[in-house]
Amino acid sequence: MRNLLRHHLFWPVAALVVLLVANTVASPSFLAITVRDGHLFGAPIDILRMTAPLLLVALGMTLVIATRGIDLSVGAVVAVSGAVALSYIASSSDPESPVTVLTAIALALALCLLLGVWNGFLVSVLGIQPIIATLILMTAGRGVAMLITGGMITTVNSEPFKVLGSGFWLGLPVAAVLAFGVFAVVAFVVRRTALGMLLEATGINPAASRLSGVRSKTLTWTVYAAAGLFAGLAGLLISADTMAADANNAGLFIELDAILAVVIGGTALSGGKFNLSGTLVGALVIATLERTVTVVGISPLVTPLFMALVVIAVTLLQSPRMRERLTAATRRPVATTPAEPQPAARPDSTEVKA
Amino acid sequence: MATSAPARAPRALKMPIRLDRRYLPVVGTFVVLALMLVVGGSRYDNFVSPAVISNLFINNAHLIVLAVGMTFVILTGGIDLSAGSVLALSTVVTAALLQAGWPPAVVIPLAVGAGTVIGLAHGVMVHYFQVQPFVATLAGMFFARGLCFVIAPESIAIDNASFVSLASWVQIFGGWRMSSGVLIALILVGLGFLVLHFTRFGRTVYAVGGGEQSALLMGLPVARTKVLAYVVSGTCAGLGGLLFAMYSRSGYSLTGVAMELDAIAAVVIGGTLLTGGTGFVLGSVLGVLVLGLIQTIITFEGTLSSWWTKIVIGVLLLIFVALQRVLTLRRT
Amino acid sequence: MTQQTTPPVVEMTGISVEFPPVKALDGVDLHLRPGEIHALMGENGAGKSTLIKALTGIHSPTEGTILVDGVERRFTGPADARAHGVSTVYQEVNLCENLTVAENIMLGAEPRRLGGLHWRAMRRQAATHLERMGLSIDPASSLGSHSLAVQQLVAICRATVGDCKVLILDEPTSSLDTDEVAHLFTVMRALRDDGVAILFVSHFLDQVYDISDRMTVLRNGRLVGEFVTADLPTHELVQHMIGRSMDVLEAAEHVGERADRPAGRTPLLQVVGLGRKGSVRPFDLELYEGEVVGLAGLLGSGRTELARLLTGADRADVGQTRVAGKPARLRTPRAAMDLGIAYTSEDRKGEGVVDGLTVRENIVLGLQARRGWMRPLPRKQVDELVASYIEQLGIRPANPEALLRNLSGGNQQKVLLARWLATAPRLLVLDEPTRGIDVGAKAEIQKLVADLAADGMSVVFISAELEEVLRISHRIAVLRDRRKVAEIDGGEATMDQVVDLIAGGGAA
Repeated sequence: MRNLLRHHLFWPVAALVVLLVANTVASPSFLAITVRDGHLFGAPIDILRMTAPLLLVALGMTLVIATRGIDLSVGAVVAVSGAVALSYIASSSDPESPVTVLTAIALALALCLLLGVWNGFLVSVLGIQPIIATLILMTAGRGVAMLITGGMITTVNSEPFKVLGSGFWLGLPVAAVLAFGVFAVVAFVVRRTALGMLLEATGINPAASRLSGVRSKTLTWTVYAAAGLFAGLAGLLISADTMAADANNAGLFIELDAILAVVIGGTALSGGKFNLSGTLVGALVIATLERTVTVVGISPLVTPLFMALVVIAVTLLQSPRMRERLTAATRRPVATTPAEPQPAARPDSTEVKA
Repeated sequence: MATSAPARAPRALKMPIRLDRRYLPVVGTFVVLALMLVVGGSRYDNFVSPAVISNLFINNAHLIVLAVGMTFVILTGGIDLSAGSVLALSTVVTAALLQAGWPPAVVIPLAVGAGTVIGLAHGVMVHYFQVQPFVATLAGMFFARGLCFVIAPESIAIDNASFVSLASWVQIFGGWRMSSGVLIALILVGLGFLVLHFTRFGRTVYAVGGGEQSALLMGLPVARTKVLAYVVSGTCAGLGGLLFAMYSRSGYSLTGVAMELDAIAAVVIGGTLLTGGTGFVLGSVLGVLVLGLIQTIITFEGTLSSWWTKIVIGVLLLIFVALQRVLTLRRT
Repeated sequence: MTQQTTPPVVEMTGISVEFPPVKALDGVDLHLRPGEIHALMGENGAGKSTLIKALTGIHSPTEGTILVDGVERRFTGPADARAHGVSTVYQEVNLCENLTVAENIMLGAEPRRLGGLHWRAMRRQAATHLERMGLSIDPASSLGSHSLAVQQLVAICRATVGDCKVLILDEPTSSLDTDEVAHLFTVMRALRDDGVAILFVSHFLDQVYDISDRMTVLRNGRLVGEFVTADLPTHELVQHMIGRSMDVLEAAEHVGERADRPAGRTPLLQVVGLGRKGSVRPFDLELYEGEVVGLAGLLGSGRTELARLLTGADRADVGQTRVAGKPARLRTPRAAMDLGIAYTSEDRKGEGVVDGLTVRENIVLGLQARRGWMRPLPRKQVDELVASYIEQLGIRPANPEALLRNLSGGNQQKVLLARWLATAPRLLVLDEPTRGIDVGAKAEIQKLVADLAADGMSVVFISAELEEVLRISHRIAVLRDRRKVAEIDGGEATMDQVVDLIAGGGAA
């Protein structure tokens, strides 16, 4: 019981389960999945598709947060990505050609990668605090997106591009397959190589990592570039879903949703230890929550309120003070940690830091 | 080391060289502001006119109030992402209650108090539950915004006669105008300055930002100060909402989206370090004026599209952040 | 226990503090009398900090009584303790660098006018307090613009504002040089003569003997005894502290046989005119295989700065470097590592340990960083490597999965050594590897250094403890005022000779 309660995934998963149960109670057919034309349909599938862009953004965000950073600009990057891709397709002579679409995608991703590189440059080379470094692009980025679209909401018709947003592959939404696929690959790479450990070392103690020969600057830079790239991909998914590039509203607040997903997943904003599985659950919780609000029949405008309640509940439950209470309540006289923890070192670290 | 105390008299002469590094960013902001006025004045007729300057203050009174509150929180090393939403909540509360026929004397404290309560909640979460300020106020941001929609999804016009009369502007002399909002904002700035520089709470705000553990070991009331800083910020956001309701004569749940970012930008441009411990409330006011002046210039230019505002603010942020970076690098 | 004349101002009896399942303090007594300097002695983990924190209310004892001026007290925290005349100054200066000196001294007892701070009176009062400390600095200047030693004195200044009956100084000298320590001691004696009871914690035995009247010795959370300093010979004190015979120390006395410098052989590392502006003036140095070179000098003499240039931690402006005869550039720690040069920083906490990672991860960090993230070390190899170092260096707890933050300072240091040894360096630069760790671990590390040199590794050894440098080094480079002033043979060097060089003949 105690170990279960202490597991880092316990509260996020519990939140997800509660949401799913609430949905099923409100609408008993919620979990039903039907097959039509060889494609899967149903609320769970919708949730997977809705999770896709958020998951991508949250993936980059987790890695950035691991290095003690934060990327506020991802929402703006999402907008830029959609603006570039759709503007290119709209201005081309043949919007239906796969070549056009591929070029548009490549162009958008390249630009977003560049924006990520810019953030990384400010943070790792110039040494500007991440929150302020990315605030710059957060502010200016939407301006740039509007510059690209000329202030209009660009809409296009392009079947090949639309596939990204609403197509199916092996019965599953392309967007979900893409996002979960990228997520799985990145998670695999991070944990099977030494990347995860080196990122954590950088996040926990940058100076020590540098002296240990970790190329912290390069790692940090890479992580921001990756966050830009993933946000760009998310922007493509979002714009392909609506087939419109709305520089003002595309990806609005997605950086906050992504940060919430990371936090709900149990990665501390102070950097260091991170867990991608938590982020996955966190993204699912947020997407499910948005869905729940509609299923239960509340105006979607009130979603933020529920979001706030979930966030407050999860963060409070994960807070050190709450944990102490919980463990004190469930403590049994078993020595779990092996051998003599140092008396002097322990109690200090929790209380005073922050 | 021991030079400045005895050297009172020749101080004025040496000023440019001996200027304390702490004031440099603020001076930078001031220079930018002056430059903008000069450039604007030379490019457009009537730019440096009482009407434009008065409007600059009238249009940005609410932002000044937000920036003052934000300065407190940022000085402690925290951040308040909820400011824009709380401002909206305050406008909605004001408008909805006035519509329901409540008297302004009851409505006004309630609207401001809503911000205070949310600020208190942030403070408690941040200090007692050790939730990162970013997350706690993010939750508060969603909470306030959601509450707005619960109260009133649509915009509510304010037609309460006494409230409207409170909100009107008066001509002082010549082309100079002043609204009660500006007056309140300026009084608040003065109060903020006094509190930060002449009270133990104010100095503890700086101490906490300089090193929370140190402040704790110095025996300063860290817990109370941190919570109070969020209370101040929440209250300022509530007050800002009231001013905005006066200014726009309506309450709308979608006002102030991303306005917290403007406030943060103003604070940063005003020379306050986001790491906490260094900065001035007056700098934040200058920051707000710089932001407002960018808008004004772009309006005067006429041909420039509105999105240039965002790009210019971004560029300005970059310049100021780079400047601060250079200064902090030199120090170490 | 001879002078029972004055009643104690602080009387702690039977104090126990528990951090379940560990009992950090077990029935400890402490008696502080007015007008004495009382040293609190013990190895790391003996419970000194815990005892201080129990007194000042940061930890609450599970058993025991605390009497202050005869009244039973349980302070709620440092502020409460201070209000009752018990002030603490910690090793890391816990003041706010962004505030002015005056504020740092006066906040909490600040003069007021019209309900607000009275700045002018505050500065004036601060100046008076500073004067008592023999400091002539501008109270309006920001604290961050002063040296660590000045900040330390400002911290003491703050502690003595108001009614200060008890002053606790937790390792105040660890980052001060000799002059600064002397200044501090003058201040301490003056305070003692004013009737203040001073509790003094230090790792430097000579300082303790220099300044203290009585001492309380702790070991493993228990009281060993209370002694009059003058009556307790050093070796007995050490025995009390480490609780075992002096064998370890004795053994370390004869560290390593002299490896004669092989004439005509290429030095492993040769630098000519290496320097960095504002850090250390250009110097020459040659390091040979199997040789321990000690760097002696005061804090701020450039000894750390020199080490940082040798290891790429800082980049040199001028000078040439040759590694094994070939020209090389040590621009980053990484570049140095690739040439087989390893560096442990003096700032163990800030630049050494990655406390949120496990012992295993900390040990392989350097090796893994060098391989790059793409080529992870096979898990089996990691486990063997880690197990062998835990065994070889005696890291406790011997659990590769323990978080490094849960280890004592000495064990953290051993983990850091393991991190570097795992990269198989040819040159190991150790900056204060024995600072702040207990006597036993200290001796073990000295022994290890000698063994490594015997195996052919070249070692640069920096320590604030001259005796240690003398004992362990084959050659000693002496630094003064950011300049390398001499190089002497370790076997022939005497303490007096080195001290003369450090002091530059005239001063001190």
